[in-house]
Amino acid sequence: MQAFNLLRNASLPGVALLVCMPLLIVVGAFFVGLFGAEQRETLAHLWQFVIGEYIHHTVILMVGVALLVSVIGVATAWLTTACTFAGVSWLRWALLLPLAMPAYITAYTYSGMLSFEGPVQSFLRAVTGWQFGDYYFPEIRSITGATLVMGFVLFPYVYLITRAAFIEQSRAAIEAARTLGLTPWQSFWRVALPMARPAIATGVTLALMETLADYGTVHFYGVTTFTTGIFRTWYGMGDPLGALQLASILLSAVVVLIVVERISRQKSKYHHAGRSQQKARPFKLTRGKAFAAFAVCFTPVLLGFILPALQLLLWSADQLHVWLEPAFIKLITNSVMLAVVASLVTVLVALWLCYGKRRTPTLLTRVSINFASLGYAIPGVVVAVGVIIPFAWLDHRIIDISRSLFGYNPGLVLSGTIVAILFAYLVRFLSVSIQTIDSGLAQIKTSMDESGRILGLNPRQILTRIHFPLLRTSILTATLLVFVDVLKELPATLILRPFNFNTLAVRAYELAGDERLAEAGPAALMIVLAGLIPVILLSRAMQERHNDKGAVVAPKVEEIYEPVKA
Amino acid sequence: MSLLKLNHVAVGFDSQLIVNDVSFSLEPGDIGCLLGPSGCGKTTLLRAIAGFESLRSGSIEISMRLVSSQAQHVPPEQRGVGMVFQDFALFPHLTVAQNISFGIRTQTQAEQSARVRQLLEHVGLEGYGPRYPHQLSGGQQQRIALARALAPRPRLLLLDEPFSSLDAELRESLATDVRALLKREKITALLVTHDQQEAFAMADKAGVMYHGKMLQWGTPYGLYHEPAHHLVADFIGHGVLLRGAITPEQGVATPLGILRGDEVPANAEGEAVDVLVRPDDILIDDSSERRAKIVGKGFRGAHYLYTVALSDGSQILCMAPSHHQYAMGEEVGLRLNLDHLVLFPAGYCDT
Repeated sequence: MQAFNLLRNASLPGVALLVCMPLLIVVGAFFVGLFGAEQRETLAHLWQFVIGEYIHHTVILMVGVALLVSVIGVATAWLTTACTFAGVSWLRWALLLPLAMPAYITAYTYSGMLSFEGPVQSFLRAVTGWQFGDYYFPEIRSITGATLVMGFVLFPYVYLITRAAFIEQSRAAIEAARTLGLTPWQSFWRVALPMARPAIATGVTLALMETLADYGTVHFYGVTTFTTGIFRTWYGMGDPLGALQLASILLSAVVVLIVVERISRQKSKYHHAGRSQQKARPFKLTRGKAFAAFAVCFTPVLLGFILPALQLLLWSADQLHVWLEPAFIKLITNSVMLAVVASLVTVLVALWLCYGKRRTPTLLTRVSINFASLGYAIPGVVVAVGVIIPFAWLDHRIIDISRSLFGYNPGLVLSGTIVAILFAYLVRFLSVSIQTIDSGLAQIKTSMDESGRILGLNPRQILTRIHFPLLRTSILTATLLVFVDVLKELPATLILRPFNFNTLAVRAYELAGDERLAEAGPAALMIVLAGLIPVILLSRAMQERHNDKGAVVAPKVEEIYEPVKA
Repeated sequence: MSLLKLNHVAVGFDSQLIVNDVSFSLEPGDIGCLLGPSGCGKTTLLRAIAGFESLRSGSIEISMRLVSSQAQHVPPEQRGVGMVFQDFALFPHLTVAQNISFGIRTQTQAEQSARVRQLLEHVGLEGYGPRYPHQLSGGQQQRIALARALAPRPRLLLLDEPFSSLDAELRESLATDVRALLKREKITALLVTHDQQEAFAMADKAGVMYHGKMLQWGTPYGLYHEPAHHLVADFIGHGVLLRGAITPEQGVATPLGILRGDEVPANAEGEAVDVLVRPDDILIDDSSERRAKIVGKGFRGAHYLYTVALSDGSQILCMAPSHHQYAMGEEVGLRLNLDHLVLFPAGYCDT
């Protein structure tokens, strides 16, 4: 029993350390690079020739995406919260739809739509009679294109978080500003917007983390950034240490974002001016104003979801024969298998960690959980590089030992199989399931355990009769979220998949990269359909919250008036 | 000249009428109070005065200027009205000093800081200027919210359940402080509350609202001692309605005996009425011949509130200093200390 307790207490920091290992390796590589003469040379070479360009491109991307997502996100959040107009209730959840689209898929549909033979340019030629070379058409495969695509795919982060902040803002805050002499428009700029600032900052940093992590879009559009650089250094130049060093630079940018995000979350705790008893009554917009508001909210949905999804549907309809091909079915089974195993492993580890924290809520366990949740911010490329290097090293040690002991070569048991990729998924997606399960567990007060004990349940019965029924939804949600994330994940899968092992994401990306855009349609469509699941879950949760707060239930007479009797 | 004047005000949402035909007025420098159970429309009425709700009919005048009617609606920011909100609604992204100076931002820097310093001193929070609202306690936030509303020297200050989120002890001392401050700044104020102690502590004039109607508007003393409506009698203070019948000699025959007063209408012999009997109308006096039995007692600190049963079984309330204890079931004598009668037509109370 004592040994078991020791195991349990040590397991939390242990798991956290294991999950952080790829990060430690990436960070470590940077310092190793400073000491070795040869490595210093590599680093100097990288600095001299590529890093400047990477930084330049990354900064342009980040500034552009930050501007786009904050303007679109805040405008749509404010319009859908503070105003009512025809279609607003539909737009409230439709604005989440772009989240279902991985940026690399949107990128490649636009590349198809806006190419020379695509529908837009064909239409232009048909209308005007121009020929090739007669006109200028902007090239979507550029850094501007990448910025636009990521802006329209990632703005829902800002929309979602800012909208929640606007809803929670006390109506009284705006009204207080009105009694102190501000017009409605002034009170938006001077009170509502500043109060939502931490929320906006959180949303923008999340969008920027995704921007930094993106590999598919920038590679496809020919923009060199750190993620493409890591790939190139790794595969093109066969320089793992160089790749690690690039990864560590990328990681430091991510760390800055994590710090900004944590600080703004901290701040937003104080930014609730009391609890709003009553929901603000929205302004009713009519005619021209209503149409303008609808257009502002509908354009991001159109560009971020409807157009790319339509294009995918068209391509998939062209490729009906693909659906039944054994290769495609194999693709689906591979992806689903990988996603199921990864989500089960991730959720089990998350359960272990969360229960450990509940049982012994010490500083050590809390810190362990925080470190184990870092993965969400770390780009898949960085995780992959950090996983493959130690695994390859371990594999070679295993081969050496096995050879000398048994005279048998087991092959690459870790880095050559799906073990490596599953571990990378665990690192990357553990935080998603920890968050979901932790908030589920937080609903089960310890007093419920205690009253269960008082009523004669033993610890196992408490687990099966109280915890499991209450936690079921959280576990299911966590599993589903990880499942979908794994299906969508591209860069880590690309690096870590075993030889000849393909998934939907990888195949869609490869076909698109080979300019076989239409053929990539079915695989991409599958990913988008899966991506819709969490969006639906999210919008349902939003809806429920909305109903809780917004319902105007006529109070009953006996509630209103309780005669004062002695 | 009234500072605030409401004429037959009605406010409604959709098909519901929340405030129905309310009229009253407030003199400059007076503190008024709207009392009533939650949902009676008092907050909606306050918000209509502030300009956040539009009127369905009637009119509102502030300083003789028409601000609300069906045809006209002056927006809140042009009414010169200050408001203290139930949840304070301090701006969390601004410091205490910035919050207070929010409404006087057009004045010079020197004027602003002088006013902020003055108000912080008035509310007893000198030196709190650079702090942020979340660093303050509930009572302190409340006082800052008051200071912020007072900074532009509004003609009229509205307070929406200003003390409801504070604990009871703080509530009473703060109510007295706020009254003193309003009187010092010579500000006309209107307060909304469901707590009658708060209303008594603050108000010069008070009104009881019920289901959107103003049942009675008058001094707190008048509401307590001369309620015009049985619901007002019920809502304010403790008390019991005793059924009685008017006798030929302009008295009322009740289980307490025949009560006399100028209030009894002439030529109404035999009519059934309800008489309001407050605990302070009854004294326990063992020498009295009116006997009653103690059937309930509640400790109230300085005194006990006893429920006593009269000979016919009807029950009334009375108070006695807590030094004199009576046991349950004990027989006591009652002496009447009624200086006037409050009568209602009989049977109202049953509904």
